[in-house]
Amino acid sequence: MRLIVPLQGVVQGRGGLLLGSLIPCALFYFLQLYLKRNRSSDSSVDPPSPTGSSSNLTELQRSSSRSHLSRDGSIGRIRVSSLASSLAEPNDSPYYIGLEKVSEDPYDRFNNPNGIIQLGLSENKLSFDLIEKWISENLNQSLIGNDVTLNINAIATYQPCDGLKECKEAVSNFMSQMMGGSVNFDPSNIVLTSGATSAIEMLSFCLADQGNALLVPTPYYPGFDRDVRWRTGVDLIPIHCRSADNFSLTITALEQAFTQARKQGVKVRGILISNPSNPVGSLLSRRMLYYLLEFAREKNIHIISDEIFAGSIYGSEKFVSFAEILDSEDFDKDRVHIIYGLSKDLSLPGFRVGVIYSFNNNILSAAKKLSRFSSVSAPVQQLVTSMLSDERFILEYIEINKNRIRQIHDEFEARLSQLGIECARSSAGFYCWADMSGLIQPHSEKGELDLWDKFLNLAKINITPGSACHCIEPGWFRICFTTLTLEDIPLIIERIRKVVETCKSSA
Amino acid sequence: MKMRLLSRKATCNTHGQDSSYFLGWQEYEKNPYDEVLNPKGIIQMGLAENQLSFDFLESWLAKNPDVAAFKRDGKSIFPELALFQDYHGLPAFKKALVDFMAEIRGNKVTFDPNHIVLTAGATSANETLMFCLAEPGEAFLLPTPYYPGFDRDLKWRPGVEIVPIQCTSSNNFQITEAALQQAYQEAEKRNLRVKGVLVTNPSNPLGTTMSRNELNLLIDFISDKDMHLISDEIYSGTVFSSPGFVSVMEILNENNSLKDQVWDRVHVVYSLSKDLGLPGFRVGAIYSNNDTVIDAARKMSSFGVVSSQTQYLLSAMLSDKKFTRNYITQNQKRLKRRQRMLISGLQKAGISCLESNAGLFCWVDMRHLLQSNTFEAEMELWKKIVYDVRLNISPGSSCHCTEPGWFRVCFANMSEQTLELAMKRLKAFVVELTANGCSQSRTEFSSWNSKRKSLPKWVFRLSSRDREQEEP
Repeated sequence: MRLIVPLQGVVQGRGGLLLGSLIPCALFYFLQLYLKRNRSSDSSVDPPSPTGSSSNLTELQRSSSRSHLSRDGSIGRIRVSSLASSLAEPNDSPYYIGLEKVSEDPYDRFNNPNGIIQLGLSENKLSFDLIEKWISENLNQSLIGNDVTLNINAIATYQPCDGLKECKEAVSNFMSQMMGGSVNFDPSNIVLTSGATSAIEMLSFCLADQGNALLVPTPYYPGFDRDVRWRTGVDLIPIHCRSADNFSLTITALEQAFTQARKQGVKVRGILISNPSNPVGSLLSRRMLYYLLEFAREKNIHIISDEIFAGSIYGSEKFVSFAEILDSEDFDKDRVHIIYGLSKDLSLPGFRVGVIYSFNNNILSAAKKLSRFSSVSAPVQQLVTSMLSDERFILEYIEINKNRIRQIHDEFEARLSQLGIECARSSAGFYCWADMSGLIQPHSEKGELDLWDKFLNLAKINITPGSACHCIEPGWFRICFTTLTLEDIPLIIERIRKVVETCKSSA
Repeated sequence: MKMRLLSRKATCNTHGQDSSYFLGWQEYEKNPYDEVLNPKGIIQMGLAENQLSFDFLESWLAKNPDVAAFKRDGKSIFPELALFQDYHGLPAFKKALVDFMAEIRGNKVTFDPNHIVLTAGATSANETLMFCLAEPGEAFLLPTPYYPGFDRDLKWRPGVEIVPIQCTSSNNFQITEAALQQAYQEAEKRNLRVKGVLVTNPSNPLGTTMSRNELNLLIDFISDKDMHLISDEIYSGTVFSSPGFVSVMEILNENNSLKDQVWDRVHVVYSLSKDLGLPGFRVGAIYSNNDTVIDAARKMSSFGVVSSQTQYLLSAMLSDKKFTRNYITQNQKRLKRRQRMLISGLQKAGISCLESNAGLFCWVDMRHLLQSNTFEAEMELWKKIVYDVRLNISPGSSCHCTEPGWFRVCFANMSEQTLELAMKRLKAFVVELTANGCSQSRTEFSSWNSKRKSLPKWVFRLSSRDREQEEP
């Protein structure tokens, strides 16, 4: 009786007290064991709700972080990881669909004049001839080294994975020149990586734990979803910027986003910004840079500044790097990390040269170890060292390149304006951030995607819809103009005109 | 304040850089041997690099200057290459690479270029496969001794646990059925879900090729337990004597019914860092028949795309079949000769090693030189060899060997003269050691003790740490 009715036992006070307390404890213990076992076999933690737009049509990253996914990544009985299952699914984001379609039917002036014109990938073909000329005049020495006799030993063997000293020196000099000579970059603060893509992922691993988040102003470069989220389990929380502010980051929006994250119990570890901005092309003001430094100090978080377009300035505004501020002022340097690379300013994406620049020795130390997984190939380092050490060539290149970008940008934007399409004010980069909100029907993401579809399939132009960049206002599109020559522009404008007319007539 | 700003991954030790394997390299860096400038320096015998056949590469490059100058048929293809960042890889390079891989396997296996994913080195390939096959906290079984870098590649970012398959000298460290089962049970005891087995064939650090028997054992095991098998065949081109190399793919090809069962869970990792001696180029590959794995791995390779310049250069080189055939044969001959040199030098010092037919190193038996049959004694012997004899070799404990006293000694990353000198130094050391009484002498121990104070502290933390890394 005492067993079955512990309370009675307790009341009766004869050994019942013992059983009366033991049995509930035992039951409680077994319950915990059961829950723990189930929980440990399901290691994912429930994440905060996905950021960005919620519509299915525009969900860019189905695989936002590993913890979003169910564990059942099974292929038959044999499981691959949940990450692999989600990545292997066909990519339904317009950003990637567009890229694929172009590769199936790419425009060529002579061989395929009715093909799809690629305006969705940021490549700069404007100043290739300069680099090509340099290569043909200088290459033999660069590939193998400066010796007269070929010496493959120098490039074939294992190298320090974070980059050769000479290459870092050449890169840091180049960065100084790219940023107008107003900053001195210290080569010992550099880790070289196989592309900026890898640099961003590595920083995310170093600065945040799984389940933490980085704040990022929208609209942003679609690749951030991959670089920050895929393998690290770190989330991105948008700070929505609006056309009324020319999509500039505002203090209010930043503080709101931070507070909101905290309310949801998400630990914010840093802010990720691109400056010059991709896709808008605007520059952060000096005042905003100061503010961000203050904010980061106050909240004890990091700043990752992706400055990969720093050398592609065509406007009159001057670019200010975080490094410039930190050089001259007394701010806490340990929080700021700069991303750079040769893919944009020097048009060499195929060579895979990215840079992490940090003042924080602990970060540098961790990044150095991580760079083992994505080092820059040694022959590339040799070539790059040689090229970047030719200061005269670099200065000439920067000047000519800037002028050419400005020329195409001004012409293209003027022609768009003639069609009634205005662009956000921009000073740098490879894009026009175009306002086509007047052309979409309905005024929503669906309308935007319908328009994107028209561009891709009717006009045969691939441009990037704003929703792929997590823009909160529908109807904005990112158009890359640096793959064009002046001669190409009329053809493209003609194709765009057709779409505009179609939209106006159906409205 | 500053340290708390970093993530756990950035501040933990799972990168494995604190292992004696890497620390030995650091000591070498501080005092590197140079024939002219530093003849008393430490000779590097802990780096598995193949420097024996550079002359072939150099002469090929000299005969094909167009390739290095980004020209094809006299026309510049620089713009194409500069812009090419497609993670699908240059088709010509993938074709050349799979042909090369087939040639190494005596053309008994063919590979489909559509099933290969290019990565920045085999390091990246192994890590990417972990991300594809396992959740963090799950486990892979690895036969010991194994390459120390696996601790970093599997555990650090992917968070995968390693459970050792204990191999012993009693049967030349071959994998047995019993060891496999024991490892599996060990994992179960630790509540770890095992997703697969990772083997290196030919083995690092043993330098031996896997027998057909072992391969069949492995395939049966993974078939039975519903798991994956990764065969890291990075040393497949360095097999220089019989019994010759048998790839797991070859076994699968021979047995159709088995093939159907496990076809999509056997994955091969390759790289040009060892066979072609080009680690600086960062070229690795994952080969799999599992479409999901290939798809996912390919997308992840965004984080380590092989540079287009490298792909172009190597596609031209590897497409030159006359060159590759000659290279493979000559390279193997040179490796064999060099291995013989090392073995004979060791024998003169009264040291034997595991009979091996591949790789860039020998698995050397120095058990008889230990003061006691313990890992502490192994560490002490290792320190003496690094600091007194001035040779950087890799202690078996860093490779998670279950028996103390084994060391990995590399032979392909130095000149013949340097190797001879290293053997001379070793012989002198052994002579002195045995002349001062037997290795178990107490006087040795106490004189070593008095030297302790002069050594940096990390050296003493090693014994405990290396043993911590050992599985219970």
